[in-house]
Amino acid sequence: MSAKSGHHHRWTRKHLLGLQELSADEIRFVLDTADSFKEVSTRSVKKVPALRGRVMVNLFFEDSTRTRTSFALAAQRLSADIIDFSQKTSSVNKGETLIDTARNIEAMGIDIIVVRHPAGGAAELLSRHVKCSVVNAGDGAHEHPTQGLLDLYTIRERFGKIAGLKVAIVGDIANSRVARSNLWGLKKLGAEVILVGPPTLLPRAFEQLGARVVYDFDEVVGEVDVINMLRVQFERIKTSQFPSVREFTRLFGLTGDRFKRCKKDVFVMHPGPMNRGIEISSEIADGAQSGILTQVTNGLAVRMAGLYLVSQASD
Amino acid sequence: MRTQYDQADVKRVIDQLEGKVAAAFAVDRPLCVIGIRTRGETLAKRLIEGLKKRGFNLIEHGVLDITLYRDDLSEIGPGPMVRPTHVDFDIDGIPLLLVDDVLFTGRSVRAGLNALIDFGRPSVVRLAVLVDRGGREVPIQADFVGLALNDVPVGHRVNVHFSEDDGEDEILVEPRE
Repeated sequence: MSAKSGHHHRWTRKHLLGLQELSADEIRFVLDTADSFKEVSTRSVKKVPALRGRVMVNLFFEDSTRTRTSFALAAQRLSADIIDFSQKTSSVNKGETLIDTARNIEAMGIDIIVVRHPAGGAAELLSRHVKCSVVNAGDGAHEHPTQGLLDLYTIRERFGKIAGLKVAIVGDIANSRVARSNLWGLKKLGAEVILVGPPTLLPRAFEQLGARVVYDFDEVVGEVDVINMLRVQFERIKTSQFPSVREFTRLFGLTGDRFKRCKKDVFVMHPGPMNRGIEISSEIADGAQSGILTQVTNGLAVRMAGLYLVSQASD
Repeated sequence: MRTQYDQADVKRVIDQLEGKVAAAFAVDRPLCVIGIRTRGETLAKRLIEGLKKRGFNLIEHGVLDITLYRDDLSEIGPGPMVRPTHVDFDIDGIPLLLVDDVLFTGRSVRAGLNALIDFGRPSVVRLAVLVDRGGREVPIQADFVGLALNDVPVGHRVNVHFSEDDGEDEILVEPRE
């Protein structure tokens, strides 16, 4: 089992916007709460009445399958009612559209808005304009807190701790909200974070956030405990920033060859959806040291914890 | 009104409770004993120890966290810690003893019963409490009571302390802070 913090800390945040603003104690509180929620999914009746009568809306302005589904199932297991509201937005008029839309939805009597939006800061902006709770499901390249938390949870579950571990996050760092949320959380809990990618997708500025920045994957591949492979986000990348797909795989992919040089107990993660054969080889993704499906399972428990905690804080 | 019961008192009360429980169940049949966190869990462990000495060898032991089933969350403030529930066995068709430290309004037991339903259908559910202090707000009564306190003022709390959780065994009747 994971180490309990043992603190009599209380959760008081009405919104879950990012890991940057959370303290180490608050992060541990969410992870400990998620531990309790994980058990619910093992029961014959996989449901608790904690959020009975509450309404959650999935407000997604970007494509998502697993995050939206995971939030929906998490809410259902807490007995909340769910509304799905997904729409592509134009980049013009973003702020206005977002707030107007949210206020309209809120007027129907919503308790929690789970929002994904292509603009960084969208969730925080929204939280200042609505009365209900806001949970950030990804805002631009800024943060994806529940993904960060589920990654932390999965690492803690695997190693029994986070402090002292060396974690490599590999790929398109510049465009990745997953990388940023992971970086904040891992640093706060005492891990060493190594960011790996081509210079065009990995600004040196990340060193100021406490990460080690490395442009040669092979330089660190043998020393890390965890490798978190990011998805190559073709839709976000300007072609000039990106070598050819083959070259990317050769330099930054987790290939079978590179995997042989890893620590024996290295733990491989990926936030999904994977580009098999590009950033990660299929054998590794499906292999014994892959935590990829465990991440998905744990994501449910972490999102249950997040939804539950923000609801209690807004009472 | 007596306001303090020490270690020897607590031991006597638990022994009496254990005797009542032992007399009500068959020694050679399966029995589930499930404590409600936190003091009910400790009391359940002590009862099981005693029952085993009396020859009960088919006891399954579980722990119930009722936070997610409570109806008074908004009254106890934000962010109470949700702790794991452990009922890692099949409770269908088997007698089940639910254990809590103090029976007051009955709302915790109501929440515990709701939680149990999600795990299966025991043949019977009985309730054992260390202290019944009266003051029920729902129609729930205990089957086995260690100590019945009939004159605790409404503004007072009955606090059960166990050495495992609190350093020593005692029952205190105290004004609510």
